[in-house]
Amino acid sequence: MFTELNSILNASPDSFTQGEFILVSVQHSDASFLIHHFLSFYLRARSRVCFLALVQSFSHYSAVSQRLGVNLTQAKDKGQLIFLEGLKESLSHLIPQEERTGSEAMDFLRDPAGGLRSLYQFVHSSLTHSGGGEMVEEEEAWGSPVLLVDDLSVLMSLGVSAGAVLDFSHYCRAMVCSQLQGNMVALVRCSSEEEEDEGDAEGSEWLRRGLTHQCSLTLHVQGLSTGYCRDIHGQVEVCWRKKQTSGSHTQKKLFQYKVHDKGASFFAPGTSSAVL
Amino acid sequence: MAAPVSNVGISSGERSAFRCTSFQKKTRSRLIAIPGTRPSVQNGQLLVSTGVTSLDYLLGGGLAVGTVLLIEEDLYDSYSRMILKYFLAEGVVCRHELFVAAAQDNPNDILQELPAPILDDVAFPKPVEQPRLSCEPQDSLDAMKIAWRYQNLPKVQSALASSSRFGHYYDVSKTMEPEIRQAAKCHCFYFPDHPTQSSTTHSPMLQSYSALLKSLQEVIHREGFFIAAPMSKSRNILRVGLHSLGSVLWGDDLSCHDSPRHRHALTTFLYGLRALLRSSLSVAVVTIPSRLIQDSSLMGSITQLCDYAIALESFKGSERETNPLYKDYHGLLHVHQVPHLNCLASQLPDHKDLAFKLKRKQFTIELRRQRFFMLTHKMRDLIKCNEQSASKVRSDHPCQSSLKVSKILTCFWDIMG
Repeated sequence: MFTELNSILNASPDSFTQGEFILVSVQHSDASFLIHHFLSFYLRARSRVCFLALVQSFSHYSAVSQRLGVNLTQAKDKGQLIFLEGLKESLSHLIPQEERTGSEAMDFLRDPAGGLRSLYQFVHSSLTHSGGGEMVEEEEAWGSPVLLVDDLSVLMSLGVSAGAVLDFSHYCRAMVCSQLQGNMVALVRCSSEEEEDEGDAEGSEWLRRGLTHQCSLTLHVQGLSTGYCRDIHGQVEVCWRKKQTSGSHTQKKLFQYKVHDKGASFFAPGTSSAVL
Repeated sequence: MAAPVSNVGISSGERSAFRCTSFQKKTRSRLIAIPGTRPSVQNGQLLVSTGVTSLDYLLGGGLAVGTVLLIEEDLYDSYSRMILKYFLAEGVVCRHELFVAAAQDNPNDILQELPAPILDDVAFPKPVEQPRLSCEPQDSLDAMKIAWRYQNLPKVQSALASSSRFGHYYDVSKTMEPEIRQAAKCHCFYFPDHPTQSSTTHSPMLQSYSALLKSLQEVIHREGFFIAAPMSKSRNILRVGLHSLGSVLWGDDLSCHDSPRHRHALTTFLYGLRALLRSSLSVAVVTIPSRLIQDSSLMGSITQLCDYAIALESFKGSERETNPLYKDYHGLLHVHQVPHLNCLASQLPDHKDLAFKLKRKQFTIELRRQRFFMLTHKMRDLIKCNEQSASKVRSDHPCQSSLKVSKILTCFWDIMG
């Protein structure tokens, strides 16, 4: 959890807006530090978190969260965190074996054209299901549910169509944000618009645009256009879409950031300590 | 000498000092002691060497176990193939197990071309230990060259020295002796030897890739490379070398069409490969003919599913080959991606202006000399030469000197790229 980002987003673990869909979009950079931020943020806020980790292993997230002061294993044991480790579950689907099936959530790997219904059902059951069964007596009251998705564009790399991913996120948003008044954070990678071919109608950029219309807050992370720099790792554009009676309006702010060992600092463009 | 090499020297000095003191990092005790590995300074990850010490430095000390290094091949696949061979040779010297897969050449051919290790500063554990070789005549073992300085050293000490060593030097002008090579356990996957069955599932993966993944999983299971496997027996590292994935020979059409039919085949395979490696003590190097893949967003998603990504851009066949600016080098090296493993911030190299060079015996990566520096030197030479020639021909051809000026300008634009 980065306190600087909290003050930018005007949120703290004690009080944050509910029913938000936060989209983290990345272009030629790495924004996993934001996922780590939101993971530790919502775990501290005592929310019930369902984390679809598709690109990295549990041990990786656990090691980083440890540095940020959150113990994932404990949270998992307490039932606060539901962790789907995509890499682990995928193997039994990718390598045909004699009917030893893994988690049903990753069923789309066998037939990507079939869509992400099984994955949605996993999210649905893990967030609406109250408690972990046998642990009912020491069940703690967790706050509003939160869905974290590590990387939606990996689903596209695995053969799922962009339309199906968009459907999935819409279903999740309807359930988590509207029905349960919880929050949802999703990360998506996109290539720059020039790179996107015209013939490629349903590319990653198309997905990003579709998701932008669903979300209420976008964090767009980009590398510096001038290239790599040791003291400034990139820039993040924070864009709020506020719905008011007089229609929706957007508010944008641009920051540059640097990721440290145990956090990240955000500053206005050109005010890096290396420059001043 | 270039900065990377000298820095590597420093870090190895620190390492030996680290070993001597009683102070130990807490995570160190949990790590498994395997020859040819060392824990990372930043995040305690177990690292193995790529075989090219200057590349190790660029990637933050080495390749973390459980990760994939993607090499985007150069034009004729000569230098990327060399890095792959270095990687495998390092595995042979460290007694790691190898898994080599290729569709173009037989993996055995690749193994026969491995560069010879330069063992003047470290003695190689003698292959006598191998029961397989015990029947061979003794004189073939005696024939194995060890530097004269170390010939009389006690054997126990030499074995210890080799086990703690991280990264070796190789002589690319010679191939590795078969005795050393055969001492390492090697699993080969030659795609033409594996007939493809008719597909029954809707999986986006190609038959060739799923056969490869299955074969790799079998090796990992059988030889006990899974992290979850019982700790009783001594652990080892499996080095996986996959040559030219995504080429037509694997049955893939990524490089043939703008909108390939098996668009997700390679990415799905890489996802499965990552899943396999993360759960085992293995590390992979994958080369991909990226210049044939036109779609840059597809290449982006391929890169994203690998951990480290470097690209080689050789000057062979390009106009840069004859450009005096690049005369010291054989190509450029781009580091596209270094993973954030178990930490928030990744360790990226300070400079990205890197070039590689194949010396007579060694492949090295160096910092390219600064453009401006080169420019001023180049300009000075040219102006001097221009003045001389101008003074010679001043009387008869005024247009010739203007020709020279335009030559300077062309050169200037060349250099500025």
